[in-house]
Amino acid sequence: MSSAQDRAGHDRWRSLNWRRVRIVARSDMRQLLEDKGFWMPMVLLGAIFFLFIPIVLLLSITSIGNVQVVSQMSQTLKVLPKAAQAQIEGQSDQGRTAYALAVFLLAPVAIVVPLTISTAIGASTIVGERERGTGEFLAHSPAHEREIYLGKLIASLLPGYLTTLVGFGIYSIVVNVFVGPEVGGWFFPTRNWWVLMLWVVPPFLALTLSVVLRLSARVKSTAAAQQAAGLVTLPMIGIAYSQSTGALFGADAAGLYLGVIAWVVAIIGLVRGMRAVSRSRLLGVADGV
Amino acid sequence: MVVLDGVTRRFGEVNALSGLDLVVPANRITVLLGPNGAGKTTAIRMITGALDPHSGSVRTFGLDPSRHGEEVRLRCGVVSAKPALYDRLDGHANLAYAAELYGLGRGPEVDERIRSAAARFGIEHALDQRVGGFSTGMKTRLALARSILHQPDLLLFDEPTSGLDPESSHAVLEMIREMTDNGRTVVMCTHLLLEAEGLADTVVVMEDGRDLVAGTPVELTRQFWPGTVVLVAAENPQAMAGAAEIEGVIHVEPDSDQSRLRLHLDGEHRTAEIVRALVERGVRLVRVEPIEPSLEDLYFAVRTKKAIADDGGRQLTPNNSEGGPVTDRQRQVAALTGWPGSETPR
Repeated sequence: MSSAQDRAGHDRWRSLNWRRVRIVARSDMRQLLEDKGFWMPMVLLGAIFFLFIPIVLLLSITSIGNVQVVSQMSQTLKVLPKAAQAQIEGQSDQGRTAYALAVFLLAPVAIVVPLTISTAIGASTIVGERERGTGEFLAHSPAHEREIYLGKLIASLLPGYLTTLVGFGIYSIVVNVFVGPEVGGWFFPTRNWWVLMLWVVPPFLALTLSVVLRLSARVKSTAAAQQAAGLVTLPMIGIAYSQSTGALFGADAAGLYLGVIAWVVAIIGLVRGMRAVSRSRLLGVADGV
Repeated sequence: MVVLDGVTRRFGEVNALSGLDLVVPANRITVLLGPNGAGKTTAIRMITGALDPHSGSVRTFGLDPSRHGEEVRLRCGVVSAKPALYDRLDGHANLAYAAELYGLGRGPEVDERIRSAAARFGIEHALDQRVGGFSTGMKTRLALARSILHQPDLLLFDEPTSGLDPESSHAVLEMIREMTDNGRTVVMCTHLLLEAEGLADTVVVMEDGRDLVAGTPVELTRQFWPGTVVLVAAENPQAMAGAAEIEGVIHVEPDSDQSRLRLHLDGEHRTAEIVRALVERGVRLVRVEPIEPSLEDLYFAVRTKKAIADDGGRQLTPNNSEGGPVTDRQRQVAALTGWPGSETPR
């Protein structure tokens, strides 16, 4: 390692200024808010997954009545794990089907929405600074590379996660309004859903973003970043979907354990991701950029 | 204020800096002159620590920016070639972001400072408008306002008039001049010689990542043109044919106008003697004008000298195929300096 790299290393690991992290994050989020072209589709995506699709599906099931279709769907619930089957409430086929749909089968929305939104933001966040020339401003600013990285990570994570939380609130109301009467009152969110939303989703989101931000720092253009992020995000969505569904299907502590593993992997990913942001990358003069 | 000693920096196979030595005196305007790719922007990035050198040393305020980057950058204000503003934010939000990053915080005092900085560059009326709708001139003014918000000791301007109309350029250069009046040090990169003229306290001519010469314009002019150059015009220019034989005339250079000659004298005191000698030879003089070499002359002289050195000291002639194309300007300056290659075809 050269002496210049040694010195850079010394500077890299000095204490973190969280106020600057907050400033970078706030500025990035403010720019997103100013861009109607960005947040409108984001809101629409959340509305489709948390409002329209659940309403259509749950309304169909609860209003179809005791027809053969619902009966057949009810039978398919037997393929669910025993632990999941034991959780299903409702006396009628209609009620049990609606309950299972609301609690188990719509779990992916909790993953797809934040990952899609946050990935879209994160993919362009660093390469975008470079393309717009604003990377030069950040490179000459007193902010440390780690502060810039964490600020951008938060600015990418929060919109997706907040949209998901708001959507989750709306989804809870929809589920309780349409399925509640079938199972004897308001029941949603269940305990596993709380664990999923507050403990499992955030680390998956952070892990995915740690990869996406590294890509954003390395690629030459926003378009390339979006393409690469798509490739990375798809398997991440698959893993997160299967694991989150498993957390809902599994025994009581399954979600908690899954969350612990996800957090450990996410923290490793984040620490490694920090190294991807350098001033030379912000300036677009790093080798390979 | 700033000392770069033998600094090198590569980007892949390209040597952006190849042993740059640079000394920036305090409270002065230092202009880095050079063609595109000379390493001016990289030099500025080294000064703030935005980039680390591969070898050599950088000291800004006596500190190593690689090690004390935050301390150094807090005391620097930078305007890059692109204004580097956030188009989606309004002018005020752009400045407020910088104010916060540089530790000024938020609140009425900072708002007042933002208004004051914007007013100084005549952009306060547009603070509530989105920067995306700004003209190039407005963006440059806003970037300049941003650079002084935190009252830095050292201002680094990378081609600050790039893309501006002449009126705006002039206004920006006036503002830069005012900066040093307030005790600040300015480093400005440009390849526009006219804008550096009259502004530079110190000139550093760069090429291929190296400094070719450095000094005040007066020092460099004396260094390159120790004698005096006088432009003489006559009604009967053919009568000036023997001017080279007059005592005190070192060199005779034809001017682009056939009725004029440039006489290189061994001292300013010779002017009157030469005029008398020419008149005695029957020359009907219509104009005698001492020529002060401009920064442009200096720049081309320096670069021509390097071209000659690179050419192994051979003659710079139009037929020199090995040395690359020789421009009329190079020949002209070579003639002005009396270096090899000064023979201008008649």
